[in-house]
Parts: sequence; structure tokens; C-alpha cells
Amino acid sequence: MTSDLYHRRIIEAAKRAREQGRLAAAEVTVTRDNPLCGDRITLDLRLEDGRIAALGHRTRGCLLTEAAAAILTERAPGTSPETLRRAHRDLRRLLAGEEGDPVWPELAVFRPVVEVKSRHECVLLPFEAVEEALAAASGEAS
Amino acid sequence: MSLDVAALRRSFPIFSRQPPPFHYLDNAATGQICAAAAEALTAYETAGRANVKRGVYRLADRATSAFAEARARIARYLGAAGPEEVILTSGTTFGLNLAAHVLEERVRAGDTILISRLEHHSNIVPWQMLAKRRGARLRALDVTADGRLDLAGLDAGIDRRTRIVALTHCSNVTGAVTDLAPIAARAREVGAVLVVDGAQRVPHGPLEVTTLGCDLYALSGHKMFGATGAGALWVRGELLAELPPFLGGGEMITRVTIEETAYAPPPHRFEAGTPPIGPALAMGAAAAWLAELDWRAIAAHEKTLTARLLEGLDRLPGVRIHGPRDLEARYGVVAFEVEGVHAHDVCQILDGFGVCTRGGHHCAQPLMEAFGTVATVRASLAPYNEEADIDALLEGLERVIRILR
Repeated sequence: MTSDLYHRRIIEAAKRAREQGRLAAAEVTVTRDNPLCGDRITLDLRLEDGRIAALGHRTRGCLLTEAAAAILTERAPGTSPETLRRAHRDLRRLLAGEEGDPVWPELAVFRPVVEVKSRHECVLLPFEAVEEALAAASGEAS
Repeated sequence: MSLDVAALRRSFPIFSRQPPPFHYLDNAATGQICAAAAEALTAYETAGRANVKRGVYRLADRATSAFAEARARIARYLGAAGPEEVILTSGTTFGLNLAAHVLEERVRAGDTILISRLEHHSNIVPWQMLAKRRGARLRALDVTADGRLDLAGLDAGIDRRTRIVALTHCSNVTGAVTDLAPIAARAREVGAVLVVDGAQRVPHGPLEVTTLGCDLYALSGHKMFGATGAGALWVRGELLAELPPFLGGGEMITRVTIEETAYAPPPHRFEAGTPPIGPALAMGAAAAWLAELDWRAIAAHEKTLTARLLEGLDRLPGVRIHGPRDLEARYGVVAFEVEGVHAHDVCQILDGFGVCTRGGHHCAQPLMEAFGTVATVRASLAPYNEEADIDALLEGLERVIRILR
């Protein structure tokens, strides 16, 4: 049943997203929309010595988008861009129904979304935003 | 006499093929296909398929005749002066884009085009594009707090420079029905052409399009229980005769040389290429079948269901309806929000109850902006809906509120 999507850990993660705010001093800010529903994430990124120092965001979206934004924001600081890209890749694989543990175990909360293809974009939106932010940051650096 | 909903449901194959629970409340997105349309589509594709307006062999001749009959049936459903006023298209979006192209020469730099905040994107974007091509200005009528067109802005919105007015007959979000008479009168005063998006109006019964005061009227077959892929654009005969062709190609000409082309008379000059024959036949079959129904009984049934839905939503905590309450000024397209819960999450949980609703911006982002939101849930009714559909929706919403609010 599709309401299995709404298990406790997703709901709790989404609640945490509402408490996370924007960064006061961002190196890069990107805004990304989900054309399916008009949902929007504005994501701030700050890098230090080639690693992610901090992420901030304002997310106007469904529980799945909020939960993904929360996990991303909690896990990203201190990691390298490569790890972050790997987490994005793992999340895509997980949503495609592939076996294996994602680099960030918390991403497994999205396993019930595998069956609901129309909602994959909701989960991926924050990760697409951070990829765009990383690309913009490396563009500015070069 | 009251409507025999069970009998009506037997005319829609899906209800015997979808396992229960199945509560289809996304009729504003697409209606279910009626048996008459499904049979017309499959009979043509499997037993009667040939291209139209070309061959002289019997199979082609029969297909051509069936295509002409489909046009005539749609014309009768619309109350057109004749089938030659009906251009067959692929749907409302195509019809509105066609309108924006054939009316282009009437618009000059500095002229205005009037639309509204209530429109579907398909009745916004083509006019925006036209305004850009011609250096014209696009204006939009506002909406009232309860999601109706605000006609207070009509006199200021339409002036001597207004060439085109393009408005919806029924909102795909709030269900509000537009009172076209004062708009048509004002448009006529200044010589503007009135284009109406009828996609959400046509599933609710036959029309007398020539009495509405509009000049063009666009509709889709799939929303009136036909197949996807066909639609129509009605154009008032005198105007149609003046309009230039749209797409060039086969079937829209009488003679072609390398240097020039003589165009076929309307409506054929607007129908280049092989048309969506099967879906057009299905649309014609749906129109003929719909025309025979008891629309007084259906209207009463739809009002009863709409009232049950509105009252049920009102009883739920944190639910806010976007749309008029007056049942005479609306159809059963009902948009609402559950405070603190995203529309997609609401729809996803409702799906667990077999309730099919739509969540999102409904291709009406300017309207969402006016409501100060990005997405709403929408439940939209058709004649085959019954009380059990409304009750399943309300029960599902109680669960949404328990889990997520």
C-alpha cells in the first residue's frame, strides 16, 4: 500500500527539514523546481579546502522532498564532492530497485518509493540541486 | 426522474475491469472512455482502417464517411451552425495554439490580448508567445478570493486596442463557470475576438455554442469520454471564412504547383496531414452517446455529489477549499488544501484507498500564485461518480489528517 511511504522515519526527517535554514554566508545558491508539481528547493553551499563545509536550504515541497533535503543537509558537511555524488548515484540505484547498501545508510528510508515512479523526482530534487551547486562552485573556481 | 448511476456505469468498460476499491475522481484530467467511443475506436482500427479523404475503394470511402459523420456529431453536440464550422484537432491545446496562429495577423504592435489568472497554461502560453511575436501586451483579469473570474476588471481590461480575449468556460481548478455574456458583449463593443477554452465544460452536457457570444471554442475528446488524441475547435462561420491557413501539407489544399497553392475551403484548410482518425471517430461516438442522456438528471446528480463533497470537506479540520460555494456557478471540480500537508502526500495516501485524485499546480501556476500556494489537491466529478466515491475520499482524508497533520 502506498501509504507505507509515510513511515515514521520519513515523517521525522521531513520535520527536521523544516527546522534547517538557509546559510548566512553561502558560496553558491541554486534554485531548482520539480515541474511535476511546482515544488522548489533553494539550496546554499559552502566549500572549504575542497570539502563541503555546510549546506542550507529552503524547501517548499512534499514530505519526500523534505526528507531527502534533511538527510542531505545532515550528511553532507565534511564530505567530499565525490562522496556526495556517490550518494546521489546510490540513491538513483536504490530507486531503480537495485540491491546494495547506499553510502549513506539513511537513504534506505526511500526504499518504499521504488514502486512509485512518479515520486522519484521528489526524492531526487535536493540531490540534483546540490550537484548543480557543486558544478557552479567548480565553475567559479576554475 | 433521478439518474440510474449503476446503468450509466455499465456504459464505461473500466468499472468492470478495475479491481475495487476504485474511485476515479480525476475527471478534469481525463474522463473514462465510454463503450460507444471504445467500440468506434477499435472497430475503425481493427476492421475499418483506411486513410480519409483519399482512396476511392470501399474501405476508404467508408472511413471518409465515418470521419465526416464524426464531425457532424461533434457539431450537433456543440450546437454549431454546421459541421463546416468544426475543425478537428488533436485536443484543446492544439486548438488554442491553432487559434493563436490564425488570429496573428489581427494583432499589431501595441495591441492587447486579454486572458485571466484562472486559465490553464494552454490558454496562457500560446497568447504570451503571440504577444511576443507581434509586440502586443498581454493583460490578465484577476480572480476573486473564491476562485471565480473577477469581472470587475472587465471594462478596464478590454479597450479599443484589445484584439483577442481568451478565457476559460469552466476552471480546471476551482470549477467556477464563467458568465460569458457580459464578456462577449464587451468584446463585441471593441471588435475583439472572443476565444473560449471549453475543455472542462463539454463533459457536462451539450452546448448552444452559437448563443454564447464567442467566436472560437476549443475542446478535447478525452475529457468528454472519448479517446485521447482528438479534439475540436469551433469557429463562427463568418470568421472562419476569413482566417488564413495554419499548417501546410496534404489534405488542406485544392491545387499545388511549385510556385503556389490554392487552399481547401474551411474546415479542411486547417487540417493538414492525416488526422487522428480513430480518436476523432471515438469523439464523435461519445458526442452522439452523450447527446442522448438525460442532462437534467445528470446535473441534479452532479450537484448533489458536489454538495456532499463540499460539506464533507468543510467538516474536516484544516481543510481549505479554493472555489465557489454556489452550486449554480460551478461544476464538480473541487480544489482544496490540507493545512500543513503537501498535495502529493495527500494524493498518495488517498491512492491507498483506491481514490484517484490529482495533486499539483494543475497547469495553472498563476492561479496557484494568486491563492498563495504551489499545489492543491483536486477531486473532479463525472456523471458516473457516486456517493461511495465521495465517501471514500473523505474517509481517506481523515486518515491523511491522522497520519500527517
